[in-house]
Amino acid sequence: MTADTLTQTRQAEQGRQDRLKDRILCCTVAGCESAGGQVVRAALEEQVHTQGLAGQVEICGTGCMGLCCRGPLVRSSASDVIYAEVKPGDAAALLRADRSKFDGRVIEPGHPFLAGQRRIILANSGKVDPERIVDYIAQGGYQSLLRAATEMTPAEIIAEIKTSKLRGRGGAGYPTGLKWELVARNPSSIKYVVCNADEGDPGAFMNRSVLEGDPHRVLEGMAIAGRAVGAQQGYIYARGESPLAIARVKTAIEQAQQTGLLGGSVFDSNFHFRIDLRIGAGAYVCGEETALLASIEGLRGQPVPRPPYPPEHGLWGHPTLINNVETLANIPSIIEKGGEWFASIGAPASPGTKVFALAGRIARTGLVEVPVGTSLRTILFDLGGGVPPGYEFKAAQTGGPAGGCIPAQHLDVAMDYDSLPHIGTMMGSGGLIVMDTSSCMVDVARFFMEFCMEESCGKCIPCRAGTVQMHDILARMTRGEGTEADFPMLEALSGLLKETSLCGLGQAAPNPILSTLRHFRGEYEAHVRERHCPAGHCQIPAAVGETV
Amino acid sequence: MTPAVPDELERAISRHHNSGDALIEILHTAQQLYGYLSPPVLKRIARALKLPPSKVLGVATFYHLFRFTPRKAHSAVVCLGTACYVAGGMELMSAVRERRGANPAEWTIDVGRCVGSCGLAPIVICDGEALPRVTAAQLEARLKEIHDGGHVNPDSPG
Repeated sequence: MTADTLTQTRQAEQGRQDRLKDRILCCTVAGCESAGGQVVRAALEEQVHTQGLAGQVEICGTGCMGLCCRGPLVRSSASDVIYAEVKPGDAAALLRADRSKFDGRVIEPGHPFLAGQRRIILANSGKVDPERIVDYIAQGGYQSLLRAATEMTPAEIIAEIKTSKLRGRGGAGYPTGLKWELVARNPSSIKYVVCNADEGDPGAFMNRSVLEGDPHRVLEGMAIAGRAVGAQQGYIYARGESPLAIARVKTAIEQAQQTGLLGGSVFDSNFHFRIDLRIGAGAYVCGEETALLASIEGLRGQPVPRPPYPPEHGLWGHPTLINNVETLANIPSIIEKGGEWFASIGAPASPGTKVFALAGRIARTGLVEVPVGTSLRTILFDLGGGVPPGYEFKAAQTGGPAGGCIPAQHLDVAMDYDSLPHIGTMMGSGGLIVMDTSSCMVDVARFFMEFCMEESCGKCIPCRAGTVQMHDILARMTRGEGTEADFPMLEALSGLLKETSLCGLGQAAPNPILSTLRHFRGEYEAHVRERHCPAGHCQIPAAVGETV
Repeated sequence: MTPAVPDELERAISRHHNSGDALIEILHTAQQLYGYLSPPVLKRIARALKLPPSKVLGVATFYHLFRFTPRKAHSAVVCLGTACYVAGGMELMSAVRERRGANPAEWTIDVGRCVGSCGLAPIVICDGEALPRVTAAQLEARLKEIHDGGHVNPDSPG
């Protein structure tokens, strides 16, 4: 592939798409897949055939369009509307664009769920066929890699990323430009770029959706990173539980290698970059960077103490850059539009956008991408439509098992890396779960502690034994068997785990407890002192002699 | 055991140049071929990769996705990710456990840690079929139907 052939491919595909009467895009992933998206796609294909529209109307499978709760979703490119809750029987009417058959099921671009978003990472998701590289190229894909490989020096690329002030989207928020510089400065001749796609937080499916909806964006981001830091080999470490994401990444890598966008002499430059896929096998701790590297090497995914950090000593001892899927997905846009453009979006200290997965007791569930720093209220109530009638908002859980719960009085908090720690939680990878008054916060804390207990790798004692002890205390409380002595014990154990655990899993495991103790202490006290669950969730048997 | 396709595993091993780094990849391939990792299969892998059998077993048992017993005729994956848990996933788990209690030889139960369909919580996957926003009563009815109707699990080996 050369600069000219990239342009030709782009123009040819754009021309082909423009000549079509319509492109019908069917979401066939995650929620829409569970709701029957594939059947709808097949019905539409059959109708195209029956109505003799072959060659005029194209049916494609795509990635996530966002509004998962109303799937299966189908988008018509010609009219730019999304049809919701499509059934196979709707196929004929949909192809005729007969909206009368879709009463209340036509979602216009001005719908609050869509209008409130700013899509950079998900720009193509739901709009391109992720299994065809030319579709990505038609959207301007791989132009940034072309620039990075042929017009920019590695130092210029890193300068651009530093200007953008992009921070790692995996949760910790480390400045991406600084990390790249650390790896680039290392004189080693062998270096690696690793994409952390081991998204294991329950309630989080952002990375998976990016890989399912627009895998080439991540490959392009990785290749640019490789060029910047001087690596020739990349690995994507994907979660074994997402077979569709794995299949689509595999296809994308094959297509990019066949067209010469990955492999030897990218765009006839002296830059060589290969990407291989490694598949995890269900261990949450592998999201931790040193555990992830061990897993790529075919070992048990157990973390090792840092320093040395992976930029110095990573895969097989060589300097390794590890970035999360969402971080890498931002790179092509930053190279295309410039670091200053990116820095102007969102919060000044942590610019850009963030993808959140909305779930739980909320009217509209799904994926949203908003500028960093958008208030929680805007996300939940303007985009998410608020809590459905008949329910009352209690808390929003962010950051998964490492995060915390945000109560109603903090709904106006800005969702960014610096504001959330002030109220005892963290940005995390982007799971956002809304709970109503029927959720018991003690039980929610127990749920997360159970998760950490099961996922502890067992290497360091504070995490291995501490999570079990903390889970036991919380489980006792939910059975109405807690005592006053449990409070100082929970706090002492929390401190111990935070300070002495080897890796992030153990260090962050107490967060859900500390955050619920801080905002909902009364609920813990009711369980212990009154043997009563205010949410009515825990089944606490009445004591002898007590009247119910 | 006699492997169904004797050479497939060897081909995968040589594709990875008998390298110990590829152990997890090869375990995935073996599980895909045979449905589970039996002691003879683990020993074969250890020999081919020149690794101690203890290390192969140590790696395999570390990861949740590897199984060491054959799959049963029917399977149920109850998602207990956060969204499904707060939407009543545990009640669904009880329903599934009750069914297995009645026919322990026929049902494999797995806990799903978020299947990525949080918008449709709570969700259970029975024999590969997703049951979105399912209630305990609906689930019980479906489990009984699958069981009585001689439904063939597309995911079950053989």
